[in-house]
This record gives sequence, structure tokens and C-alpha cells, in this order.
Amino acid sequence: MSHENMNLTLKVWRQKNKDAKGNFETHQVKEVSPDMSFLEMFDVLNERLITEGKDPIAFDHDCREGICGMCSMFIDGRPHGPVKGVTTCQLHMRSFKDGDTVVVEPWRSAAFPVVKDLAVNRSAFDRIIAAGGFVSVNTGNSKDANNILIPKDEADDAFNAAACIGCGACVATCKNGSAMLFVSAKVSQLALLPQGQVERENRVLGMVAQMDEEGFGTCTVTGACEVECPKGISLENIARMNREYVAASAKKKD
Amino acid sequence: MSREHIFKSSLGKKLVMGITGLFLITFLLVHVGCNACIFANDGGVLFNEVAHFMAHNFFIRVMEVVLFAGIFTHAIQALLITLHNKKARPIAYAVTTNKNTKWYSRSMGILGSLLLIFFVVHWANFWVPTKIAVYTNQEHNTFEEMKTVFANPLFVGIYLVGVISLCYHLLHGFPSAFQTLGLNNKKYTPILKKAGAIYAVAVCTLFALMPITMYLGLIK
Repeated sequence: MSHENMNLTLKVWRQKNKDAKGNFETHQVKEVSPDMSFLEMFDVLNERLITEGKDPIAFDHDCREGICGMCSMFIDGRPHGPVKGVTTCQLHMRSFKDGDTVVVEPWRSAAFPVVKDLAVNRSAFDRIIAAGGFVSVNTGNSKDANNILIPKDEADDAFNAAACIGCGACVATCKNGSAMLFVSAKVSQLALLPQGQVERENRVLGMVAQMDEEGFGTCTVTGACEVECPKGISLENIARMNREYVAASAKKKD
Repeated sequence: MSREHIFKSSLGKKLVMGITGLFLITFLLVHVGCNACIFANDGGVLFNEVAHFMAHNFFIRVMEVVLFAGIFTHAIQALLITLHNKKARPIAYAVTTNKNTKWYSRSMGILGSLLLIFFVVHWANFWVPTKIAVYTNQEHNTFEEMKTVFANPLFVGIYLVGVISLCYHLLHGFPSAFQTLGLNNKKYTPILKKAGAIYAVAVCTLFALMPITMYLGLIK
């Protein structure tokens, strides 16, 4: 781990739009501080490109605190780069060495078309949520916080599933381009809580149908998603979704 | 809300893989158990008795049909799922890692294809001659058949490749089937994974010992 500034070679995917044929572009980035985040390194590169009158590299980002799920980037073969449990915005340049060549690609999935360069369209996830990933709430006065009792272990499981930020790293790393870790986390967080019971069956049936509709692949339990997930969502959620789906299919009449 | 048929969905297709996989896992126990009778080393008396029973029992005949249906459903469904999954990533990455998965988990399709090729050889060696004997009302000495086949080092080699493919296929398939059926639990999954590994290694070692011991002339 170096504490001195470093020089890197970046091989970045450039693609004008969804239908354009993309290609890799090589950039030398000099004097990179080890304290910069990976995205800040891209900011520096983009400022230079703008000064030179060139098109800056498009990439997704928003909160830059690792909680929004907007940043993506497939760095040296891994979503969000080489460090476990972080998003790209929380990946720091100290994880790289002076002289490294870093290859940066967009998420590759039929369901995530490239918008431009490294930015992909992840609205497939939004449509899956709209197909059942919600709880209908009653209007009126706010309820007492302890009105509905929830066992601690179930609250913990629900909370761990709810930690999913929907970044799509699971889809990006899965050799099958499967979205099951994401969908199962969203199914689980509500199925585990009393408030989620009313739509429980419709939720899992609707979300799985939408997931298939979007063209995501099928889980073959390689476990890559669990390893690469920046929020540590576990495969247990996929098993829970499988249970929910079988139970819901057996129960529903139509 | 009208919804898709369960077995048309991605989850349903995997369910078929899991159920047929577990059925084939149970079959392997019967298969290895019967064959292990050669280790009695009694000139094949016990083994041939078991083989005769298996070839003439009505229930076993029915299960044979179910078994073939199971194998082909498992293989065809796997092919369909693989084709579907290939479509989910039309453009490949320039750089990928293999640090986050086991090689055999990624290679179930190749292992399964090797197994299918092996089955063709295996059926030609034993299943077809046994069937011919049954339908022409002849007594068939399966034990002698085994000795002839396993005197050939080429067949011994093919059988060992088949058994090793089977072992790795099971190492992934056994725990994966339970995951697909929705059985994953902090307490029991680690036990299940160990049980699966023990099962895979034990069954495949026993299978591998058959051609090896016969080739070396240890079973007379």
C-alpha cells in the first residue's frame, strides 16, 4: 500500500449510446492521490478531458457515501472493484499500486442496456419493485411504535435484507446475469415483517414474473453475488424467495 | 391477477432441476449399493443374484422408466436454462475473475455433458446387453461382462473420467438442490454441505474402485 501519489493506466469502455458499438479507450492518469476515491480519480480525468475539449466519460454516481446504489463500474473483473463490502465510491486509490493498469467496464446484462460509456439503465429493477416490492399503508394518525410486535431475529433478518441498495452488482457478477439476489432481498425484507403479510403472495409472484420478463438469467447457486454484494446480502434470501414462490403458487387460485 | 405457470418461470425451471437432481442422487445410492456386491469377492455370485433381481422385478422396471425420464428432464432443462442464461449477458466482459466462485460450480454444464457422454458408453457396455438378455430370455452374467469391460484400460480410463465428473457435479449439485428447494438455514446448511461432500466422495470412490480393482485383478 503506497502513501505516495501514483500513475495509472486506465482502460475504459467508451460507448456513445445504447446502440453504438463501444470500444476500450486508454488513458494515463498521473499523480493520483491514494486518498482519492475511485470516482474522484475519474473526476480528475474528466476535468482534464473537458479542458482538452474531449467528451468526458459518463458514469453513474450520486451520494458518494456508499448508500444510494447509483455507482457501478466493473473494475478489473469485479463489480465495485477489488475490495469486499464497498461500493465504487468507497473504493480508494490506496487499493491500487503505482503503475497498475485498471480495466473499467459497464455492468454487462441484457436487462441493463448501456446508456453511455459506463452508465447503464437499471430501471428494470424499478419495474420489479413496482410489480410488488411495496407495502400498502393505511392513512390516518401515526401508530404507536410498539403497536406491532416483531421478534428480534426476524427484525434482524428483515433489516439485513433491506440493506440492499439495488446497485446491480449481483447481476453484473453473476455468470448467468441473474437478478435473484436483488429480488430475493426485496421479497424477504417485507415477507419477514407483519406489515408485509397482506400482499405476501402477490408480491413474490409479481416480482418473479417481472424479473423473468426483463430478461434476467436464472440462479445456478455459484454464490458470486453473495461475495460481491457491497451490502453482504446472503444466499439465504434466495432460498427464502424460492420457498415463498412455491408456497404462493400453491395457495393462489388463479 | 393471472400469472405464469410455475414451471415456465425461472424459479420453477430450477425447481425441476433440484427435484430431478435429488431423485438421481437417491438412485445413485441404489446403484452403488448393488454394484458394491462385487466386493464380496465371491466370483460374482452375490452380485449376479442382485443383478438378476434388479432386471426382473416389476417395481424396478417401472423405476427404470422414471429414471430415464429423470435423466433426460434434468439434461434438457439444464440445456434450456443455459441457453436462457447466455442470452441474459449478450456481451461478455473483457476481464473477469474466478476468485468469487468454485470452478465446478461454474462448470456444471461441462461436467453434465461429460456425464452424458459417459452414460452412452456405460449403457452400451451394460444396459443394452442386459436388456437383450432379458428380452431373449437368456441368463446374463453381468459380473463376467464387467470383468471383460474393465480388462480394457481405455474403458477404465473413460469410467474414471466419468466418476470424477460425477463427483464434482455432486459436490455442487447436492447442496445446490436444497438451496433451490428453499432449504437454506444458518444451522443446517453447513451440515448439509458436509453431508453432500461426504456423499459425493464416498459414492464416487466406491464407483471408481470397481474398474480399478477389476483391472488389477483383485476381484476374481
